[in-house]
Amino acid sequence: MTDSRTDLAVADAPPPAPPADQGSGKPEPERIRVRSWSWSEAAELGGVALAALSLVWLVYEQLTGLSGGLGFFLCWFATFLIMYWIVQRQRHDKMAARDRLVTVMIGGLAAVIFAALAVIIGYVIFRGYSTLRLHFFTVDQRHVGPLSPATAGGGLAAIVGSLEQVGLALLISVPLGVGTAVFLSEVKGKLGRPVRIFVEAMNGIPSILAAIFIYQIWLIEAHNQVSGFAVAMALSISMMPTVARTCEVVLRLVPGGLREGSLALGGLEWRMVRNVVLPTARTGIITAIVLGITRVVGAAAPALIDGGESNTVNWNPFHGPQDDLPYFVYRLVREPIKAENLRAWTGAMVLVGIVLVLFIVARMFSGTWHPLGWGRGLIDRSRRSRSPLIETDATSNGGSS
Amino acid sequence: MTAIDTTRPGSDAANKDGPSRLTAHGVHAWFGNHHVLADVNLDMTPLEVTALIGPSGCGKSTFLRLLNRMHELVPSATLAGHIELDEVDIYRGDLSATEVRRRIGMVFQKPNPFPAMSIAQNVLAGAKLGGIKLADRDATVERALTRAGLWNEVKNRLSMNGGALSGGQQQRLCIARALAIQPEVLLMDEPCSALDPTSTRRVEETIGEICSEVTVVIVTHNMQQAFRVSQQCAFFLATEGEPGHIVESGPTEKMFSEPDDQRTLDYVNGRFG
Ligand SMILES: Nc1ncnc2c1ncn2[C@@H]1O[C@H](COP(=O)(O)OP(=O)(O)O)[C@@H](O)[C@H]1O
Ligand SMILES: [Mg+2]
Repeated sequence: MTDSRTDLAVADAPPPAPPADQGSGKPEPERIRVRSWSWSEAAELGGVALAALSLVWLVYEQLTGLSGGLGFFLCWFATFLIMYWIVQRQRHDKMAARDRLVTVMIGGLAAVIFAALAVIIGYVIFRGYSTLRLHFFTVDQRHVGPLSPATAGGGLAAIVGSLEQVGLALLISVPLGVGTAVFLSEVKGKLGRPVRIFVEAMNGIPSILAAIFIYQIWLIEAHNQVSGFAVAMALSISMMPTVARTCEVVLRLVPGGLREGSLALGGLEWRMVRNVVLPTARTGIITAIVLGITRVVGAAAPALIDGGESNTVNWNPFHGPQDDLPYFVYRLVREPIKAENLRAWTGAMVLVGIVLVLFIVARMFSGTWHPLGWGRGLIDRSRRSRSPLIETDATSNGGSS
Repeated sequence: MTAIDTTRPGSDAANKDGPSRLTAHGVHAWFGNHHVLADVNLDMTPLEVTALIGPSGCGKSTFLRLLNRMHELVPSATLAGHIELDEVDIYRGDLSATEVRRRIGMVFQKPNPFPAMSIAQNVLAGAKLGGIKLADRDATVERALTRAGLWNEVKNRLSMNGGALSGGQQQRLCIARALAIQPEVLLMDEPCSALDPTSTRRVEETIGEICSEVTVVIVTHNMQQAFRVSQQCAFFLATEGEPGHIVESGPTEKMFSEPDDQRTLDYVNGRFG
């Protein structure tokens, strides 16, 4: 496993241009690429997997009357591991074989999780794709009747509502959440403990409770009408503590040496936070915001209770009922009409798509993802550089900093 | 020739000619109830480099951090005594902690360039963090990096990430960063302990060059280094269950050849134990 990590570090480096000070006549010295998996090993892996599959199939289907997909899968995985271990022991000593076995085991578990995710997303796409038309993004449901085909109308009202409500919720909860995190990790006042407990408790509030709270306070007591803004406030109640807690954890990861370094320069504390602590934790803060969005983007209760129902597009989040995607899906999937159910699946697919786009944009924004590959996270960012000339310096000094 | 805007109140002192004198008088330090430093008296004279030597755990770093009010950042830390910068008490006078730290810079044992800033931004970080307006940023960057002996190595890649330098370069970047705000005193806590011999020599040369403008106080475990770079020397010692204190201080020549105390002679000759 140590090998594979080295592999990543070397392979991810941008293709180095020959250093400037090297004579042009000299060829570039050959660089070592540490590779933990060769083709023959991949073939070994595939072969063992196939052998295990055959064996388990034989036992399951031919010799005994067992059945059931999950049992089959578990038996296959166990058999696979045992066979893989035996094969590895033929060629390697105990340590190396164990290392490979653990690598394969962890890889297998990751594959299971990835497969589960792929199945969910795949199913949503499978159900929603056939009725998705481009005009789903440009028209609303105003001319759709009970007998219209599934492709009639679109989700514009819901899409506009979702984007505006989540956007407003972001405007409310990001400053509050990041501010709270700064208070918790940098100010460390006497109030720190109660505030942290409060934020953690808020984290557990279900979105329906937040929706009812806003309903009672904002709509009933304060005599306001249902609106996108009311939904956004309900979403903020869930989003703010998520952003605050995650952000705090991330700010705590910023090494104390940087804070001391700033203060020792005669720096003011708030400038230290703004110029050193927050930029250093930028990637993590963006992750916190993305987590906050994903926490609320699928909540249907706030729109159900505070948003009113609206099949026509409403651009103004401060006035009149406004739909959003989760509520759109919730409403239509319960209708007894087939075409409506199909539309619900299309809505679900668009919701997944929006989350995906948001995720990619956030990653690109934070600099941890670019079209050529994934970045290396918060800590390694410090050593990443744009010039290959430095990359060698930086990697050779990796241990010292 | 100073790049720092002189219109800011309180920065006049930073622009007067010559380095400043730092004196410690009857200084004690505690972490909670743990008394780690007792009755330290030391005069850190301008134009000379003062070296603090002694076995680890005897309170050298603590003493250094007392000198620019970094000690108080540890929640349980307390202190007693007088520390004066040009006859002004840094703990009781009108000086704020920020002002003290601006005038008394510090370089840490482990290089800590800010990873989210470029090399140039790192050099200018002190001005930015302190809210100081700089007359000419480029000139400040060049001057500070030149004084720290790093200019030639990085002049073509000033916009590159500060964390992407070698350990020795990072440490010199931290020295440049400290020098850029023109402190009167520079405190260095084992600045070379993580460096290779070449980088160490560069840092020592840097110290030799800057001591005409800044009062330098350096902690080092390397006796040859103390002998090479310093003119004054103080030997700290903490015996079992006792707080650290200065056994002897004086000109480095004397401390290394004929000290008054036998323990000093043993320590500088590596016979301590
Ligand atoms: N943050 C701290 N909290 C509690 N005790 C500390 C702290 N820092 C240092 N000490 C104690 O103070 C004493 C002196 O430490 P230090 O000044 O770092 O020694 P030196 O730099 O000479 O090696 C040691 O006994 C150490 O355990
Ligand atoms: Mg120390």
